[in-house]
Amino acid sequence: MSAPLDLPRWADTVLVPAISVTAAFLVAGLVVLAIGENPLTATRWLLQGSLGTGEGLGFTLFYMTDFIFVGLAVAVAFHAGLFNIGGEGQATLAGLGIALVLNNFTFLPGFLLIPLGILGAAAFGAMWAAIPGYLQAKRGSHIVITTIMFNWLASVLIVYLLVNVLREPQSMNPETRAFPEQSYIPFMHDVFAAFGVEIPNSQLNLTLVLALAAAYFVWLLIYRSRLGFAIRVVGSNPSAAVYAGISPARIIIIAMVLSGALAGGLAVNELMGYQHRLLLEFTSGYGFVGIAVALMGRAHPVGIILASLLFGILYQGGAELAFEQPAITRDMVVVIGGIIILFAGALDGLFRRLVAHLFTRQKLARA
Amino acid sequence: MDLGLLVTIFDSALRLSIPLLAACLAGLWSERSGVVDIGLEGKMLVAAFASAAGAYALGSAWAGLLIGIAASVAIGLVHGFASISQRGNQIVSGVAINMLAAGLTAIIGNAWYSQGGRTPPLEGDQRFGSVLFGHSALVYIVLLAVPVTWFVLGRTRFGLRLRAVGENPAAVDTAGISVTGLRYTAVVIAGVLCGFAGAYLSVGQAAGFLPNMTAGRGFIALAALIFAKWRAWPALGACFLFGLLDASANQLQGLSLPGIGEVPVQAIQALPYLMTVILLAGVIGRAIPPRAAGIPYVKER
Repeated sequence: MSAPLDLPRWADTVLVPAISVTAAFLVAGLVVLAIGENPLTATRWLLQGSLGTGEGLGFTLFYMTDFIFVGLAVAVAFHAGLFNIGGEGQATLAGLGIALVLNNFTFLPGFLLIPLGILGAAAFGAMWAAIPGYLQAKRGSHIVITTIMFNWLASVLIVYLLVNVLREPQSMNPETRAFPEQSYIPFMHDVFAAFGVEIPNSQLNLTLVLALAAAYFVWLLIYRSRLGFAIRVVGSNPSAAVYAGISPARIIIIAMVLSGALAGGLAVNELMGYQHRLLLEFTSGYGFVGIAVALMGRAHPVGIILASLLFGILYQGGAELAFEQPAITRDMVVVIGGIIILFAGALDGLFRRLVAHLFTRQKLARA
Repeated sequence: MDLGLLVTIFDSALRLSIPLLAACLAGLWSERSGVVDIGLEGKMLVAAFASAAGAYALGSAWAGLLIGIAASVAIGLVHGFASISQRGNQIVSGVAINMLAAGLTAIIGNAWYSQGGRTPPLEGDQRFGSVLFGHSALVYIVLLAVPVTWFVLGRTRFGLRLRAVGENPAAVDTAGISVTGLRYTAVVIAGVLCGFAGAYLSVGQAAGFLPNMTAGRGFIALAALIFAKWRAWPALGACFLFGLLDASANQLQGLSLPGIGEVPVQAIQALPYLMTVILLAGVIGRAIPPRAAGIPYVKER
């Protein structure tokens, strides 16, 4: 490696990501200009649609919940030096786990069924991540390729199951029957109404609380626990880990299991919190957004929450924007996600060197 | 099974394997030089859109092909800049390119033609007509790329150097040959081949661009590349095999096999992915990538 760039901590954790995200938005603005629309009005619609109304804010936080889970999933694997791009597949399988639990234990009361459903999601997501983890740890198969293949396997499997096995006989749509009502995770507006507070209706549900708890758990795990330390050692130097008596193979599998379980949270929010049935393509590519979120948030839970809020704003605001300015479809959000991944991930060194250059110049000027 | 059916299956397998083959060879060039390319899908998609738009605007399939190649090479250079010049993470860059391609083609297509991201249907000279046995010239060009790749990579000095850069870049550097130059060359060649793959989809096989029309072919090509263990002739075999699976999935639908019962289409669709996972796990044979693949080259190490 070339000499590590000596940056103050705040510059490394705040300034560099801020610059790359700003640059990403500038490029996105150019795309908007190129298709003949005004980026400033577009930004206004975006913010108005996502934060300007109570309802919009609810939807923004709903999407944010999704992104916190997938962002954390990618981040935990990152810390172990693994690149899990299988969030889509793991969340898909988690959805299957939810459907199997909820539709087979319909007789259970809600306070048992809801935790069981969440466990089902975590277990199935973890299993779908554990296999690539095992293959990486024990057989040396590259985790990136295996998780890509597992995404496709998951989508093929779910199509098969929904079309041939799990579909209701009378229904034409490839989806399961509705989950039992006691298993619905309460909507936030219902929770607030129970306390006599009126908030606008939206898809936002209590899973947000679970997501924030998961973020706190990941912070404790990675930065405050023995296991988290082992994960970070394996991620930064596997041979040092072996010297320290840590088994990289074991840590890799554990990290992937945790990662897959976290990705399952996406299915909890979407299916138990909102759709109340298992259907095709409910993951909507959010697994890949998780990569952008984790990169932008520097794989730190606080950063991930902030990045998830930003992407929540983009997704909700983007939907409103597409309504107001039809030329700017929701695909714009995918473009912004791609640019952020490129800038905050692959071109990170460019911005880092730029900032480091400015800092040395300043130092020299002072001397 | 009668001969006619076999010919039909073979013919459609060939059609389906051509875009896979072009993308697979693209990946082969890139990864043999040490640049991992999971952005094949994205480059194909951009090329498919650009060539359909180009063919529509200029009224010629060949002009469309050139524009598709140019767009694919441009995207490839972004990947090259990030992974060669900036020594960024090549996987991250590839993921970014796939997302960018999916979003940009849909947005621009929608803004230009207002048909839900589609290009207007192409007809006449805007499409590649058949030249031989009902196949277009693109099919033969892509097939020809196999022996060319084999010969250039395996039998020429340039090819030796390019392979060396993917195995041990420091040695190549010590010999006074530019690692950066060779890797950029490989990335450009990969862009050109993805250009052919994309153009074949939108201007050869179909009559116009549809959003997300690559539908994961870039990843099947990646699987084929691993299956072929990063070699040209086996790449032809692997892509044809995957094309054959795809073609027979349609034919085998609803067919009952003795002892197994009805074979679900999805089982056949899952095979390429499953076979790749099994191969990578080293259960049957071993697929070992070029040694320096994915690792940015730093001179002073």
